[in-house]
Amino acid sequence: MTVGETRKATYTIPIGPIHPALKEPVRLDLTIDGEEVVGVDVALGHVHRGIEWLGMHRNNPIQSLYLAERICGICNVCHPFAFAMAVEQAAGITPPERAEYIRTIIAEMERIHSHLLWAGVAAHEIGFDTIFYLAWRVREDIMDVMEYVTGNRITKGMFQIGGVRRDITAEQLPRIRQSLEYYKSIFGQLKRVFLDDRTIRMRTKNVGILKREDALKLLTCGPTGRASGVAKDVRQDQAYAAYADLDIKAITPDILTGTVVGDVYDRIIVRLLEVKQSIEIIEQCIEKMPSGPILAQPKTAALLNALTKAEGEGIGRAEAPRGEVIHYVRLEAGRETVSTWKVRAPTYTNLMAMPTLLIGGQIADVPIAFASIDPCFSCTNRAVIVDRKTNKKFLLTDKELRELSIEKTRKLKC
Amino acid sequence: MLNLLGIDNPLELAVIIVGSFILAPVFGMLYRGIDRKLVARMQGRIGPPIIQPFRDIRKLLMKENIIPDGAIQWLFTAAPFIALIASALLLLYIPLFGRGALLGGTGDAILVLYLLIIPSLAFVLGGFASSSPYATVGAQREMVLMMSYEFPLAVVIVTLASRIGLVTNANPFMLATIAANPIWNLVGPLGIVGALILVFTLIVVTIGEAAKVPFDIAEAETEIAGGLLVEYSGRNLSLFYLADIIKAFAMVSLVVALFFPYNLSPLVGIGIPVLAGIVDGLFFLIKVFVVMFLSITLIRTAMARFKISQVSYIYIIAMTLIALVGSILIGIDLLVF
Repeated sequence: MTVGETRKATYTIPIGPIHPALKEPVRLDLTIDGEEVVGVDVALGHVHRGIEWLGMHRNNPIQSLYLAERICGICNVCHPFAFAMAVEQAAGITPPERAEYIRTIIAEMERIHSHLLWAGVAAHEIGFDTIFYLAWRVREDIMDVMEYVTGNRITKGMFQIGGVRRDITAEQLPRIRQSLEYYKSIFGQLKRVFLDDRTIRMRTKNVGILKREDALKLLTCGPTGRASGVAKDVRQDQAYAAYADLDIKAITPDILTGTVVGDVYDRIIVRLLEVKQSIEIIEQCIEKMPSGPILAQPKTAALLNALTKAEGEGIGRAEAPRGEVIHYVRLEAGRETVSTWKVRAPTYTNLMAMPTLLIGGQIADVPIAFASIDPCFSCTNRAVIVDRKTNKKFLLTDKELRELSIEKTRKLKC
Repeated sequence: MLNLLGIDNPLELAVIIVGSFILAPVFGMLYRGIDRKLVARMQGRIGPPIIQPFRDIRKLLMKENIIPDGAIQWLFTAAPFIALIASALLLLYIPLFGRGALLGGTGDAILVLYLLIIPSLAFVLGGFASSSPYATVGAQREMVLMMSYEFPLAVVIVTLASRIGLVTNANPFMLATIAANPIWNLVGPLGIVGALILVFTLIVVTIGEAAKVPFDIAEAETEIAGGLLVEYSGRNLSLFYLADIIKAFAMVSLVVALFFPYNLSPLVGIGIPVLAGIVDGLFFLIKVFVVMFLSITLIRTAMARFKISQVSYIYIIAMTLIALVGSILIGIDLLVF
């Protein structure tokens, strides 16, 4: 060390793989100077389950649909939704209109429950446990309705390739409406609790800022991107299912505040307003829902037969509560499983924004800033590279990955 | 020996010793249980039974006492004992159950101020000795927290003592002197407002001393996984747990001793000593409960955790200024009336 050169006494704190701030295993290596975060490294790969492999080697597409539902416990609608759309596109199946509406209703119910669940988790991260209990108690009503409509609180088994498995009957509508009315009646209270409380403002304003340019550069999607002013929403941009019949606008925080800061507070605003938007969407869907069949092919054996014969590829894009989820599927004639299945969950891209969010903040900001993208790791873990001889896990650099990709593209071309 | 303590009656001495070393910890734990139950009810939960803290301690005593490999062994083991002993010493100098303190004649409020620091220092020592990065961060935070709340706390006590010193020849820093001349009897309306502000300051300081939300930054579960105590387990953890409970009880008793030293028995005219003692003891418990409910239970239900920079700002700038306003009001009151 030469004269005049100072060495910063930094140290490393590992957050995770097991840590109270995390709901799922992931490891953040934080480089800390005093209380300030100066470096972040995200290490994934703790919950790799080989779901894509199962879909490509063991399960038929209908079985994979229910496996897709289990990619994530919270996004248990958007994954089968995207998978079903991808397979339908690949096999040329068109689901009946009523099924599209039912799918939309279930998907929006999922958004309400997921955003309320997030609100509770976020409150817990800043040590406000009373709000955590309040938010989760409020969430119970939509869970009850989902159980009432689909038969299950979590993995609902509602989807089928070419439609849905259960109808929403006329006598179920009053209970759904009652729940929507309940959420409308408490919405003002929720808004007051989350947006006007002083300590919540102290802990979330100007914390974990993601500027619009960065959000665009880092491809953030869903509420994280929208809170930074990127008005992207699959439901608006590439309307699928019943969303095309509805008027949907991507929600950005300037609707309420007039400005976009891109901090945690803005992410709360976006999610809160989306709860309201979801209520309105469900109401419209109930009103406009056409009558008719709910399945394109009610006989499972015939459907499986058709899928085995089908050849083609499809992409399903759905707006999950956390952002855009994409499923790519390729079907080969004569093959019982799908030949290619690729899932890209929203956290996969949103995680790229993590260093930008955390660097410059304090240790105390890490849990809430980290939770503010509503990360989901079971969806994100995609591959683990293991050397079979030595049994060692290792990572690829971007250069190596790029070379491998070029090689693969060449192979595909010939 | 007995005369040194200033108490001639051996029976009374026995009562005070039992009160300080048995009743105070027992009620401290009971109040912790009540606090947890009340918070749970306010959050819409059922909550643990009120005797849960007793069960916690019994459970911890049965568990294995793990000392991490990288820890400084003797310091890691000594810290919980230092914390518990210092907390217990506090009980000797703070009047409890409507009686004078056991060693009240030999130590004053300034001594209590210093004794209050020792358990926190023991927590910090234990944190640094455990060699975990979480504990290190927690220890740093505890130090900052300690330095932050000392100043407003000192302002409160000095203001109180200097005002009381004007009306009596006895040492105004003695808690017995403060108890004999309650501030509310000395000042006019403006001074009462000032004294209320000082009470408010002291209540906010109490939350920091008790390390509860919003000032539980040194333990901050979601941030640093329990911080200071992350490596502690078994017997050592139970000692820290007990020290924490006793310190919170002592701190709340100090608030009562400084601002609400009234006894019920002279007011209702109970002459029989035993009966008066029981009545005063119960009245003291009620006072402690009210202060504890206002300072710890209610606030930790209604707030989120602050960040370290916000904590320092609140104590060093905001609370000190508020306390100074209180003492200036008491000063103006002296000039006007």
